[in-house]
Order: sequence, then structure tokens, then C-alpha cells
Amino acid sequence: MAPSIIFIVLFLSGAIFFTINARKVRRNILLGKDIHRKDKFSERVKIMSLVALGQKKMFERPIPAILHLFLYAAFVITQIELIEIIMDGSLGNHRMFRPALGEFYTFMVSFIEILSVLAFIGTIAFLSRRNLLKVPRLVKSELNGWPKLDANFILLGELTLICFIFMMNGADEVLYRMGASHAQNLNDGSLGLSITSHLGPILFGGMSEHSLHVVERVGWWGHIVMVLGFLNYLPYSKHFHILLAFPNVFYSNLEPKGKFTNMDSVTNEVKAIFDSSFVPPVADPNAVMRFGAKEVTDLSWKQLLDAYTCTECGRCTSSCPANITGKLLSPRKIMMSTRDRLEEVGKNMDANKGEFKDDGKSLLGDYITPEELWACTSCNACVQECPVNIDPLSIIMDMRRFIVMEQSAAPTELNGMFTNIENNGAPWQFSQADRLNWKNE
Amino acid sequence: MDGIQQSTINNQQLIVPTMADYMAKGESPEILFWVGCAGSFDDRAKKITKAIVKILNHANVKFAVLGTEESCTGDPAKRAGNEFLFQMQAMTNITVLNGYEVKRIVTGCPHCFNTLKNEYPALGGNYQVVHHTQLLQELLDSGRIKIEGGTFKGKKITFHDPCYLGRANDVYEAPRSVMINLDAELMEMKRSKANGLCCGAGGAQMFKEAEKGKKEVNIERSEEALSLNPDVIAVGCPFCNTMMTDGVKHFNKENTVKVLDVAELIAQAKDL
Repeated sequence: MAPSIIFIVLFLSGAIFFTINARKVRRNILLGKDIHRKDKFSERVKIMSLVALGQKKMFERPIPAILHLFLYAAFVITQIELIEIIMDGSLGNHRMFRPALGEFYTFMVSFIEILSVLAFIGTIAFLSRRNLLKVPRLVKSELNGWPKLDANFILLGELTLICFIFMMNGADEVLYRMGASHAQNLNDGSLGLSITSHLGPILFGGMSEHSLHVVERVGWWGHIVMVLGFLNYLPYSKHFHILLAFPNVFYSNLEPKGKFTNMDSVTNEVKAIFDSSFVPPVADPNAVMRFGAKEVTDLSWKQLLDAYTCTECGRCTSSCPANITGKLLSPRKIMMSTRDRLEEVGKNMDANKGEFKDDGKSLLGDYITPEELWACTSCNACVQECPVNIDPLSIIMDMRRFIVMEQSAAPTELNGMFTNIENNGAPWQFSQADRLNWKNE
Repeated sequence: MDGIQQSTINNQQLIVPTMADYMAKGESPEILFWVGCAGSFDDRAKKITKAIVKILNHANVKFAVLGTEESCTGDPAKRAGNEFLFQMQAMTNITVLNGYEVKRIVTGCPHCFNTLKNEYPALGGNYQVVHHTQLLQELLDSGRIKIEGGTFKGKKITFHDPCYLGRANDVYEAPRSVMINLDAELMEMKRSKANGLCCGAGGAQMFKEAEKGKKEVNIERSEEALSLNPDVIAVGCPFCNTMMTDGVKHFNKENTVKVLDVAELIAQAKDL
């Protein structure tokens, strides 16, 4: 009885604590401006199936894609076993699905065990890629400190989780053979699981019944504690992508990548210049009228969702022409900075009864510098690369808009280019009247 | 001397009607050729413009240019963050284009292509826009121009994808299928198509000094192209052309490696 109560309390606390934090993240994301991404439902489902569920873009780089697939598949399929663990934990049963499901149970859990072994290999490989092989994109300077630690925490957590699964199943296998398992004895001599029916006896054979029960329980409780811990770690970690990848891809930009957003606020002003009878629609008097983005709240909710979805894999940065040639810009860092600032704004609101109190800081300047923004060639390589359809370029462009239209702080040469376009309709100082001269040259 | 004479002869053959000419005759062309600022003013890009015109003349395409009524699409202003200037340009151009009831546009530049195709509709400019490599493909497919190998037979050619044609608009095959007609050996760089590396000019970088770094983007890209030992680096954008030409010069390869637009390859193959 007592273990069931402990389990239920633990499980509910884990679920409630996660819900509270997830709601905060949702609130933070919705601080962003509205953007219309609710059209084309079937097209969105399709892209989500291909890119998020089907991992389509991951396979541009096959080695990490396969390793990632091991972890991904193990994660998704293990959720099925989790249902049994939750039921067992709450009701005080042990392997309650086994008698009813029979062969199918053995098949499912065996499958999970195989995936867990593959995930174990994948995790070790990922740890080596980060810490031993030092794959360039995984050791760039923006990862120093917490991001690097975060990545290693997750991987070590996954290893621990997998070890608990094998402790749990392995010790139970030995107990079952001794006729001492708490699982219902079906007189079949073994739980018959693909990995632990071999691994169990090797690791735990010869241990006393009492010790085996301890190992089994440590594995079982360790597993569920890790799962709940993992869940609650997500909102604090880059690892949130395991959940957010799906909505993020669903709300992808479905337009051609070269089509940058039209600023309707500007259109109203320009129309008024062209046509004096044009009456612009009445703007919301409470909204801060600002061209471009200085702060996270000037970005759209999709851009903020992008920031929470980013798992800092660095494919964007490793394909960025500016970064490749040693410029300060790293698209990954743009996403990390956006999230960091958004988290800060969120905490500020929590501390001030839901109202943001000016802290004298902003995304532009304190987190992202003009030097980074002006290094971008708008080539869309970062957007193309992102396995979960994050768009760092749109944030860069919105911030350039603020620098140019609100601060008039474009690089001098660009101001020259603007003047030329204004005066003679070309970025260089050539007269519009000479536009057809090439014909006779 | 020969070169000058040759170009004079060719120029005499250039037929470049304007929209105003067509209007005066009460006719309308099949397609408007949007020359672009580089194509109008940049000495190197003007050659590409002429190559396109030669092909259009040769294929008897009824086309027109806006001439002095054309103005910058506003692309560099928009990418630099000056949405206001972009929209001023766009609305001015849209007024002209709609005034002439333009339906279809071919551009010599992927930046103009992208802007006219994707960003003008929101401001009231709806046209069917194609890049010149797409029009070339169309002309070849329909048999309006024919190429029998010739000049570039067996030559090694590698194509550098312009970001605003490739990734921005998913046009990868048109330039390649046009070049297949050259009977040349087409080679792909490691970073090509969706994974292509920018030349370094986009996003208004063409009009400013690069931020400080350890290398110029065009050097990185030219190095990659030159590693294939090509005879020609083919491009589809006047800005890529500038960047790659500079890159080839940086490696002192300008005598052995030519940087040519796809339109120039076709015009030269046809001896136009």
C-alpha cells in the first residue's frame, strides 16, 4: 500500500510541476506578436509527419541521423512500457499486462530492450562526439558553460535511465527463473525478453533473492524517477525539442524561403504617401508602435517557439557562410540568445506579479549585437539546415529593420546605397535616364 | 580591335524594344525582360544582359524592357532592413508594371526574380515571374532554340547555385537542364543545390564591407569551385558573377577559368 501512495504522490507532483513550468513557457511564447499560421491544415500535418515524426531533414547527415534515430525510436516506443509502469506503480501490481498480452507483451518489451541497447550505443557515440571527437559544431564558443553541461547532463541521464531498465528487467529475469519474481508465474521458466534473458543471468546470476529484489526495485524506481526528472528538466533545457519539434514543424513557414514578411504597418504609411485619400486602418492604441524587433516581445510567437525548440545542434551555424569564414554571426547563437532573453523576461514577470518591469536591457544590444546581424548574407542556409524548421534569418531581418528604421544606425555604406536607390532608383550612383545605355555600348 | 568590331556588329543586331514602343503600336509583348540594376549599369553584368537579349532575338521572342522606366526592385533595401524604402520602390514599380498590364516577367537576376515573384503580390503586383534560366529551359524544350554542342563540348563546367534562385525558390534543375545541351562535363561542388554555399553578396553585403572574420565568403566558395579544376564556373546571378570572378582572380586563375552566366554559355555555344 505504502509504495503505491509514494508512487502516486511522486507521479502527481512530477506531472503538476511540469504542467506549471510548461504553462510558463507557453505564456512566454505567447508574449510574441500574432502571426497567421493556422491555415493549410493538411499541408501542415504532412510536413509535421515528414520532418518531425519522419526525421526527414536529419538524414541530410546520415551518421548523426542514425544515432539520433536510435534514441528517438527508443524514446517513443518506451512510452508504451511506461503505461504499464504507471499502472503497476499505482495499483501495486507487477508486470500486470504480461498475463493478458502474452506473446505480444514479450515481443513489445523485447523490442524496447533492443531499442534501448541501440540507444545506449547512440548515447555513448553522442558523448564521444561532443567530448572526445570534438565535432566542430558541437564545441563552438557559444556552447561554453551551461549549454555544454546541459547536453552532457541529458546524455548521462539517458545512459542512467537505460541502465535502470536493464537492472529492472535483468534482476526480474533471474528472480523469475528462481520462481521468486512478483510477476505472475506463467510456468514458462523465463520472462523471455530479448536482451535481459541473456544479460540478466550474466549480470545478476548467483545473487541472493533479497539482493535481486533490491536491484529490481532500484531499477524500477530509478527508471520512473528518471522519467519524471527528465520530464521536469525539459523546460529548463535545450532538450525541450523532443516535445516542441512537433508543433514547431506544424507551424512552419510554408511560403518560399526567399519571401520575407511584408510589414503592413509600413504599407499603410507608403499607401498614404501615394494616395492622399487613403485612410489607414485604426491601430490598436495600446500596442507599442515599433518597426522591427528590439526586444523578444517584438518577435512573433513562432519565432519565440523556434527559440524554445532549438536543441543547439548547430547545423545552422556549420552551414552559415558568415560563420564558416570566421564572422561573429552564429544562427544557433541567435536562437539561444532569444531564448535566454525570453526566459529572463518571463522570470521578471513572475517576480513582478505578471507585469514586466523594465530592467534596462533588451535583446538587441545586450544579447545580440549589430555586428552579428550585419554579417548575415540572408542566404537561407540556416533555415534549410534546421531539422525542425527553425528560422533564425527572420529574427535577424526583424532586428535589422529596427536598427535601420528606428535607430537609423545602418552601416554607412548601406546608407549610401539607400540614398542612391531613393535618388536614382539604383543602389549605385547611376542616373535612371541611363538605364538603357547598355543597348548602344 | 577584333573584339570591338565583333561587338559592334553584334550590337547592331540587338533589338531591344521598350514597353512604351509596344504601347505606341497598341501591342503587347509575350514577356517583359526585367534587366535589373546590375544588368543595366555593371560593366560585367551588361554582357549578361546582352547575351540574354541575343538569345531572345534569336528565338524570336516578343519581349520588351522598361528601359528608363525601370527602377530598383528594392531588394537590397529590404534585405538591409529598410522596409520603407523597399515598399516605396515596389509601389512605384507596380504602378508602372500594372499601367502596362504586364502579365509575365523574365529577370536576369535572382534577386529581382525573388522580389517580383514573392514580395510584390502583397503590394498589389501579381505577375508570372521566371528567372532567365527557366525561360532558357522553356525555349530549349519547345525547340525555339537549338544547340548542337560546339564551343563547350567536353569542357568541365560547375554551376554555383544562387541562394535566391535555389534555396529561396527551390529552382535547382532549370540551369542544369539548360547546360546539359552544351555537351559539356557538368560537375557538382560538394556544397551544391539546397546545400550550396552563398557567394557572399546577398543580404545587401554587396554594398558594404564584410564584417571582420578570417576569410571572405567568395574566397571560400571560389576555392571550392576551383578544387574541381573546371574550365568554367557557371553562375546565374550578376552578383555571384562579381564575387566568383574576384575569387578566381584572387587565386590567379582568371586566364584558365572563366566565370560565365548560363545565358552567356548558351549565347556563346550558339555563336551569337
